[in-house]
Amino acid sequence: MKIQRQIETKLKALTPLKLDVINESHMHNVPAGSESHFKVICVADAFEGKARIQRHRLINQILADELAEHIHALSLKLFTPAEWQTAGETVDASPKCRGGTGL
Amino acid sequence: MSDVLERIKSQVESNPVLLYMKGTPQMPMCGFSARTVEVLKGYGKEFAFVNVLADPEIRANLPQFSEWPTFPQLFINGELVGGCDIVMEMNESGELQPMVEAAAAG
Repeated sequence: MKIQRQIETKLKALTPLKLDVINESHMHNVPAGSESHFKVICVADAFEGKARIQRHRLINQILADELAEHIHALSLKLFTPAEWQTAGETVDASPKCRGGTGL
Repeated sequence: MSDVLERIKSQVESNPVLLYMKGTPQMPMCGFSARTVEVLKGYGKEFAFVNVLADPEIRANLPQFSEWPTFPQLFINGELVGGCDIVMEMNESGELQPMVEAAAAG
């Protein structure tokens, strides 16, 4: 839970309306209890007027230390409040592992 | 610039549509790479790829070059478009296909 909490704490700096940090490591070829693969769903005004790549870069910067040391995969689903409503407040499921990661 | 960064620069500049991925389009070794490559294949246009699992030097240095920490990474006309999430979103919104087609047509 340590890394998961760390991610949550850091991303709260964006004052999100919604923030889900989901540990999906169990879907991958890593030991039980790992904190390596995460999905983040974040709805925030901070994304307004920013292109997709800029939004991702913003998160990547905030989580630079975690990405460098702990996180192997990070799926980002980033919405403005209006986009989140349009999306029906849901995101697609993450893909299955293909075995080549983790190492 | 180091040799490997020169090599990456030359790859992204000489291939209008280039995917850095884990595995190959025929045998992706990561779910995120698999999803991304399926989108590109669906457009029926030629694209280049680099298997970063077979080229550890590229794998270690591309994140520094692109300022992007994870794989896959899609480049169109030398510019980073994004990873799997962005490719999926731009495919669904209909933005990506014309970009790929225009780039592939030169």
